[in-house]
Amino acid sequence: MSPRPGFSLEVDRSTPPTLMWHGDGFRLEKLPVGSRVLYPPEPLDPTKDVDGAIEFALTHPVGDSEPLDALLSPDMKLVIAFDDVSLPLPQMKAPDIRQRIIETILEHAASVGVEDVTLIAALALHRRMTETELRHAVGSRVYDSFHPRGRLLQHDAEDEANMVHLGLTEHGEDVELNRHAVEADLLVYVNINLVSMDGGHKSVATGLASYRSIKHHHNVATMVHSRSFMDMHNSELHTSNWRMGRFIKDAGVKIFQIETTLNTNTFPDSFSFLATREWEWTLRERASYLGAKKSLDLAPPWLAREIMHKVRSPYQLTGVHAGEVEEVHKKTLQNVFRQQLVHVEGQSDILTMGLPFIGPYNVNSIMNPILVYCLGLGYLFNMYLKKPLVRQGGVVIMSHPNRPEFDSSFHPSYIDFYDQVLTETTDPRIIESKYEESFARDPWYIHLYRNANAYHGVHPFYMWYWGAHALEHLGGVIIVGGDPGATRRLGFQPASTMTDAIEMATSIVGRDPSLIHLHTPPLLMAEVN
Amino acid sequence: MIIDELADKTVFLTGGTGFVGTALIERVLHDLPTTKLVLLIRPGRRASAAARFEREILKNNCFDSLRAAVGSERFRSMVEQRITVVEGDVGSDGLGLDAEGLRRLGECDVAIHSAATVSFDAPIDSAVEVNLLGPSRVATTYREACERTGRIGHLVCVSTAYVAGSRRGDAHEESLAESNLYPKVSWRSEVEAARRMRSEVEVESRNRENLERFRKLAAREVGAAGVALLADRTDRIRQDWVKEQLVILGKARAASLGWPDAYAYTKAFGEIALSEQGHNLAISVVRPSIIESALERPYPGWIRGFRMAEPVIISFARGLLAEFPGVTEGTIDVIPVDLVVSAILAVAAQDGPQAIKYYHVASGSTNPLRYGQLLRLVRTYFGEHPLYDDRGQPIKLPEWENPGRSKIKRQLVRANKALDLVDQVASLLPLRGSKLSFASDLDEKREAAKRALTYVDLYGSYAECEANYLVDNLLELRASLDQDDLDSFDFDPRQVDWERFVPEVHLPSIVQHSRVKTAPTSNTSTAAARRRRQLSNILDPSPKLVAFDLENTIISANVVDSFAFLSTKRLSTGERNTMLASLLIEGPSLLKLDRSDRSDFLRFFYKRYAGADPAQLGEDSWNLLSEYLLMKVFPSAIARVRQHRALGHRTVLITGALDFVVRPLAPLFDEIVAAEMSVDEHGRLTGEVPVTPPIGESRAAILSEVAVRHGLSLQETIAYADSTSDLPMLEAAGIAVCVNPEAKLLTIAQRRGWRIENWSKAQGQPSLVLPIGGRR
Repeated sequence: MSPRPGFSLEVDRSTPPTLMWHGDGFRLEKLPVGSRVLYPPEPLDPTKDVDGAIEFALTHPVGDSEPLDALLSPDMKLVIAFDDVSLPLPQMKAPDIRQRIIETILEHAASVGVEDVTLIAALALHRRMTETELRHAVGSRVYDSFHPRGRLLQHDAEDEANMVHLGLTEHGEDVELNRHAVEADLLVYVNINLVSMDGGHKSVATGLASYRSIKHHHNVATMVHSRSFMDMHNSELHTSNWRMGRFIKDAGVKIFQIETTLNTNTFPDSFSFLATREWEWTLRERASYLGAKKSLDLAPPWLAREIMHKVRSPYQLTGVHAGEVEEVHKKTLQNVFRQQLVHVEGQSDILTMGLPFIGPYNVNSIMNPILVYCLGLGYLFNMYLKKPLVRQGGVVIMSHPNRPEFDSSFHPSYIDFYDQVLTETTDPRIIESKYEESFARDPWYIHLYRNANAYHGVHPFYMWYWGAHALEHLGGVIIVGGDPGATRRLGFQPASTMTDAIEMATSIVGRDPSLIHLHTPPLLMAEVN
Repeated sequence: MIIDELADKTVFLTGGTGFVGTALIERVLHDLPTTKLVLLIRPGRRASAAARFEREILKNNCFDSLRAAVGSERFRSMVEQRITVVEGDVGSDGLGLDAEGLRRLGECDVAIHSAATVSFDAPIDSAVEVNLLGPSRVATTYREACERTGRIGHLVCVSTAYVAGSRRGDAHEESLAESNLYPKVSWRSEVEAARRMRSEVEVESRNRENLERFRKLAAREVGAAGVALLADRTDRIRQDWVKEQLVILGKARAASLGWPDAYAYTKAFGEIALSEQGHNLAISVVRPSIIESALERPYPGWIRGFRMAEPVIISFARGLLAEFPGVTEGTIDVIPVDLVVSAILAVAAQDGPQAIKYYHVASGSTNPLRYGQLLRLVRTYFGEHPLYDDRGQPIKLPEWENPGRSKIKRQLVRANKALDLVDQVASLLPLRGSKLSFASDLDEKREAAKRALTYVDLYGSYAECEANYLVDNLLELRASLDQDDLDSFDFDPRQVDWERFVPEVHLPSIVQHSRVKTAPTSNTSTAAARRRRQLSNILDPSPKLVAFDLENTIISANVVDSFAFLSTKRLSTGERNTMLASLLIEGPSLLKLDRSDRSDFLRFFYKRYAGADPAQLGEDSWNLLSEYLLMKVFPSAIARVRQHRALGHRTVLITGALDFVVRPLAPLFDEIVAAEMSVDEHGRLTGEVPVTPPIGESRAAILSEVAVRHGLSLQETIAYADSTSDLPMLEAAGIAVCVNPEAKLLTIAQRRGWRIENWSKAQGQPSLVLPIGGRR
């Protein structure tokens, strides 16, 4: 049987309670009769011969690109950049798809006799990856042969000597890139496309750029004009990145883009209840739900977190395409939408969502309140084409413990952002104009970004901008089960139960509100008519 | 008549800065327009006599109504024309007067001696110098000064009714020397004995057992804080002990002769000594009972200084003093200060008597205030006007009963001991910061218990006193006054209506005077305001040098952790566990060594690094930073360092950790002072630290050296630290901040008013992050 498409379920009296993420655990919530629950399509059938598909993509590029072998020559300088630890979520079971692609590229390079090969993790302003994470992404064979020779690098946007300013786009945007990428004879980019925002020109133009360059599209004005930033044709974020991408191409940087798409087979068998529609749960799934919930509830938060972060996802490949950036990305988006798109008729007054333990920026770490905000109002709110799932002036209800917990090693500037900025204002525009510069230029944050494993000082600001469109659009935000202090610090209202939250929402949207629940996992993208 | 008698006269006055003295000066200025004053004032340690006159007398609110009535310009000229200040001291022979001072004294028609050590717990020798010898010194000097000008002066000495001692029944206004109720003891031998006691106790305080005991006490208080501080502390404890012994000896001597305390006893012998001074000098002695706030003048309720009954009453109202001994039917002999002043001036206006004449100024025999009545008035008053605690809640009054003094004392002593014990135990436990909040409450409780014990000790006998002070001479004097005098100088004790005076005049006045909370508003505001003030001093933009300790001040980790991390970083799992197990086994002995001497401990521990490759450690230190230290930092501490730098302060990290361990933290500070390890000929670490590691006392020196290098004084430095071993640095710094202090330091910090920060790791980290390398 081929995978069933996604659909919108209308809740009636016989509908069992709906499963929702609640941070490191889950909750079953009874939604009001008449609510609609959006279920994503089932995982697509995977590519059976992964190595064969990779080989095929490299030898049959799309767009006006020659096959990889034709682009390789013995005394060339080859740079392979790859997506960092923020993708995919959770980390996939070994071998990571990046490892398989990089190994294949290296075989090709070796057969041609290319000697000057450098690998770069395209961090942008993310934290540096740890040794364990790098080994996981590229495989120990690659790590051990490249890292000791200093050939496995992590992009350092603050290493002025190793950044090259290529010029300004026609819109006056600075384009500044990693010197290795600019000076390479060929830059191969290895991407994982989990959501439609990823990939395309954004891979290089953002992943290997500097603060000076990134701030042209990571800002409040751009983000409120990206509706949504998951829909590149209506996204200022992407328009800017595409301008920069074309500028980079015109500047002579030769890019061979390899993009991969994964199906939504996100959790291992023991968590199969997460992906099964509730009324179809088997006895085993009921039992494993109860077991998992009980043990996660009983465990102290840090232990529950460690358990969940140890989960490795059995993601499977649904497509791999290589060649010219824009043509490759078109194919990629087709694959992403094929897996994630659900059609929805009409917006609702209330949008509910359960927030999981993980987002792109807290892999192996803590989901702090700012990341909770970004995951809900940045990522999940924006999983739409055409119109948001919730009407203008509507309410988003998110379920998450939202504890004021922070990773002082990975997120030092987040702590100060929470203590020093959010205590003054939550208005993205004021935050941007008043505080961004001082955090972005702060030598201590820069030191930790470059030498430890900390996100760049400006990163929490981007998280806040990510939610700017939602903030403008919404009439209120409620966090169910959220720590009251931390929730109010974000400018939201805490509620102890979903019923209370819906009751509170009626004071904003009126009585008998319509409600849509975004059922994750896995991820879905709503096309709202 | 009083005005006429004292018109154009000059009055010499000692004790002008005291309660009675200040009121007397005001009265002279106010009611005796042509009378002049010569004030004998002892220069203070920092202020001259004239400055003390300005600050301690003229600034007192006693003069407010007079100043308002005549205008400040006239008041100023009034003061300049009629008051002369001479420097001197009743504690030294000749009153310490120079020739000019003596000349002025000789020109005085009357001398009023009201200087005294009023504290009931003064050491015997100083009480003897001032209270016993003072009156005769004044008498001798005054007589000699008068002889030069050929006049016979009139000396009015202010004594106390309690010279009568712990005797029941009527006390007459007569000389103690002539009464057979008092032992025939030579005052000279009392003086000699008191002076000898001082030197004997001083010697005894220096014997071996005592010095050892003091040192142990000091060590318990300040811990491994270094020699200089320990020595300083030890000697302070010794001096306190000497004082305490002299107080005890004074009390014992007083009791043996039938006086309740050294105050009454020395005053009594002061009178006896004075009685030998009768020739060529007229002498009157005024003996007030317990002087309390004013009935009318300068305004109802005026009071100065915290006197005898006030602390007791306030302690009761604050719920600190549950019980107070006393005989309910007994009399508590209280007299308002303005009546005392009137009596003194009336006596001064008399012709000098042939033989010494005594006047009681007391209420007990003619208008008694019963102890039970006072208790009832106090209880009713605070029932209606409760004081409020820090949380804004009215304080519930304890049931005030009348158990015997000895029973209360036993209870209090027991409570004191228990609290002391809890305190000692707390300081042995490895608790820090907010976990110790119970200890800070404890300190408060102990102080309260101590205070209560002191009160019971000091004032108990006064509440139990059953003497009846007759006022025949006083009333006879009053009978001689005309109506004008009575209008301004009536000292009749019968005029006081206790039922009105206590609740309407006295209690409101002492409540206001003691600055206790009388309204439920602005709860915790004082503590919060103090913390705000402290913080604004700390974050003042003027140039500063700010020193930080590392371990437990910025990071909740120590040298052992760092070593464990670095040494396990490149090991296999099995080897790692062996390594950690061996460290755990050694744990207790390492901890003990650390407690006794940190420097020895570090040197001993650092030997483990012998043979390590510094380059590799340097590389691994980056992992140590990211995977361990940063996970255990106090984010508020990092934020504070950065705040200081943003203000332009110079920041320095002073740590006993090894330099390669802390190097990754370099960008956080302007400067790092850390322990450095030498390298052998093969480029390997030797495990030896050639220069003294920057810990303990050496930190104070480093702080001052760095300050000097940047042209700053020690006053312009701030030190952040967590342990008593940092006391030398904290004491040396202009501002001290204690971060998560351990019990001993917490107590010290609270007493000194240092800012205390309770900083913690970011929430959400596992409570136990093991110092094992290569995991994240």
